[in-house]
Amino acid sequence: MMAAIAENTSKAGARRRLIKLDKTQMMLMLFLTLVGIFMILPLFYIFNHALKPYSELFLYPPRIFVQQPTLTNFSEFFSLLKDSTIPASRYLFNSIVVAGLGTVSVVIVSALAAYPLSKHPFPGSKLLFSAIVISLMFVPEALQIPRYIVVAQLGIMDTYVGHILPHVAAPVSVFLVKQFMDQVPNDLIEAAKIDGAREFTVFMRIVIPVVMPSIATSSILTFQDIWNDTSTSTLFMQNDAMKTFPYYLSTLTNNLANSVARQGAVAAASLILFLPTLIIFLTFQRKVIATMAHSGIK
Amino acid sequence: MSNELQLASKTQVKLGVQEKLNLLTKRIWKYRISYLFLSPFLIAFTLFILIPVLAAFGLSFTYYNSIQPPTFAGWDNFEYLLSQDVLFLKYALPNTLTFALIVGPGGYVLSFIIAWLIAQIPDRWRIWFVLAFYAPSLAGGVVMNIIWQPLLSGDRIGYLNSFLLRMGWIEEPQLWVIDPDYLMIAMIGVTMWTSMGVGFLALLAGILNVDKQLYEAARIDGVKSRLQEIWYITIPYMKPQMLFAAVMAIVNAFKAGQIGETLSGMKPTPEYAGHTIHNHISDFGLIRYEMGYAAALSVVLLLMIYFFNRLSWRLFGNKGDE
Repeated sequence: MMAAIAENTSKAGARRRLIKLDKTQMMLMLFLTLVGIFMILPLFYIFNHALKPYSELFLYPPRIFVQQPTLTNFSEFFSLLKDSTIPASRYLFNSIVVAGLGTVSVVIVSALAAYPLSKHPFPGSKLLFSAIVISLMFVPEALQIPRYIVVAQLGIMDTYVGHILPHVAAPVSVFLVKQFMDQVPNDLIEAAKIDGAREFTVFMRIVIPVVMPSIATSSILTFQDIWNDTSTSTLFMQNDAMKTFPYYLSTLTNNLANSVARQGAVAAASLILFLPTLIIFLTFQRKVIATMAHSGIK
Repeated sequence: MSNELQLASKTQVKLGVQEKLNLLTKRIWKYRISYLFLSPFLIAFTLFILIPVLAAFGLSFTYYNSIQPPTFAGWDNFEYLLSQDVLFLKYALPNTLTFALIVGPGGYVLSFIIAWLIAQIPDRWRIWFVLAFYAPSLAGGVVMNIIWQPLLSGDRIGYLNSFLLRMGWIEEPQLWVIDPDYLMIAMIGVTMWTSMGVGFLALLAGILNVDKQLYEAARIDGVKSRLQEIWYITIPYMKPQMLFAAVMAIVNAFKAGQIGETLSGMKPTPEYAGHTIHNHISDFGLIRYEMGYAAALSVVLLLMIYFFNRLSWRLFGNKGDE
C-alpha cells in the first residue's frame, strides 16, 4: 500500500519518499517483532513442552525452551493409545468429521443468513438482527439445561448431528459476515439484478467473492471452536464411541491419583491437538491477506 | 341512520386491519427468498439459542434446583439479588464493572492500533505478525496459565518479582495474584494480552479492505498526516468492522470470569478480589444448583451488557443500524 502511494507522488519526490517509508517500515517491523516475540510465547511453549523429558516437565519455575529434546513423550502417548478400549483413531475420526462438517455448515449457513440481513429490508429484519446481537450476551452456563432438553427432545443424542447442529446456530459468524456485506455497494447488486441475475446468482457471484475475507475469518474461528470443544461430548454423547479427541485427552489425566503420571503423554497430545488449528489459521489467514492485496471493494 | 353509520365505520375498521394484514402478507411474500436464505440459520437459532434463552428468562422467576421441577417464585430472585446478595453487590458487581470498563475499551483500542500497524508492513511478512499477535487466542487458556504463573509467581523466583528486586524498585517479593490489592491489576493485564481475538482479525481485514484510491484522493484533497488518514478515511470506511469489534469487546469483557480463578489458583478468588458476575453465575448454577437464581443473574448481566452496548452504538452514531 505504501509502495502504491509512493509511486503516485510526483517523480521528483518519489525516490526520497520510498527510502523514507522503508525506514519507518523497518522501525515498525522491529517494534512489532519485539512485542510479537512476547505474544507468540505460547506457541513456542506448546512445541517445546512436547519435546521435554520428565526431568524438565516439572521444573520450577517452568522454562519455555527445552534443554534436551526427546521424543519419549510421543512414544508414551502412542502406547497409551493402544491400551484404550475404543481405538483412539475412532476419537480422531469423530473429531475430523465433526470439525470438518461443522465448520463447512456453519460458514454456509451463516453466509446465507447474513445476506438478507444485510441487503433485504424484509419484515422483521431489524428485530432478528437485534435478537442475534443480544443472544451473544447471554452466558452459556444458564443455557446448559434448556439446551440439553432440546437435544434430547430432538432425538439427536449420540449422533454426529448432535455434535454439529448446536454449533450451526453461530451468531458471531452471522454478525461478522453481515458487517462485511454492509460494505458491498447496493448499486453493484442492483446492476446485476437489472441484467437479469437472480438472487442466488447475485449472492454467489458478487457478494461472496467480496466478503471472502470475512468467510475465511469465520472459518478460522469456527474450526478453532468446534475442534477444541468438549461440551457436546460431555453433555450430548453417552456412547463413548461417539466422543471426540479433545474429550479423550481430557480423560487421560482426570482419573489419576497423582498429577505426575502421563504428563508427558499429555504434553505430546496437546501439540497433536494444536497442529490442525495452526494449519487452518495459516491457510485461511493467508487467504484473507491475499484477497486483500488483489481486490478490495471498488 | 345512526345504526347504519356505526355499521359502516365498523366495517371500515375491519377493512383497515384486514388491509394491513394483507399488505404484510404481501410484503412477506415479496421477500420469500430472503426467508429461504435465512431458514437454515433460523431453525438452528430457534432451537439452540432462542428457546434456551427464553427458558432461562422463565427460570429466572422460579426456584429450581435442577432436580425437582421448578416452582414459581415471582420477583423473589431479583429482589434478593438487589437487596440481600452481599457477594453480588459488594464484589461481583463492582469488580465486573471495573474489569469490563478497562478491558473492553482498552482491548478494543489496542486491537485497532496493532491491526493498523500490521497493515502498514509489507504483505510478505504480514501473516507471521498476525500469527504472533493472535497466538494467545489461538493457544487458548491452558497455555496462558503456564506463561503467566511463573511470571507473576509470588516468591523471589517469579520473573516479575526477581526483575523488580534486582532493579531495587521493591523491597520484598509481592504476591501479585494472591494479594487482593493486585489481583485485579494482574487480571486486567493478562486479559489485555489475550484481547487480540476475533475483533482484531475483523479489524485487520477491514483496514486492508479500504480502497487504496481513497487515500490517494484524500492526499490531493489535503490530508497530510497518517493520523488524519485514519480519522477521515480508514475509520469511517470500516465502520461495520469497528462496530463488530466493539460489540465483541464489550461482550467478552463482561462475560470474562475464569481469569481470576485461573491466575490465583483459588476458587473463589482471595477475598473475592477477582469475583465477577460470571463467577457468581457458575457458583450458583454449577455448584449450589440454584439454577433459578443463576438464571436471574444471567438476565441482569445481559441487561448490563445491553446497556453498555447501546451506549457504544450511540457513540458510533449508527442509530439506523439497530
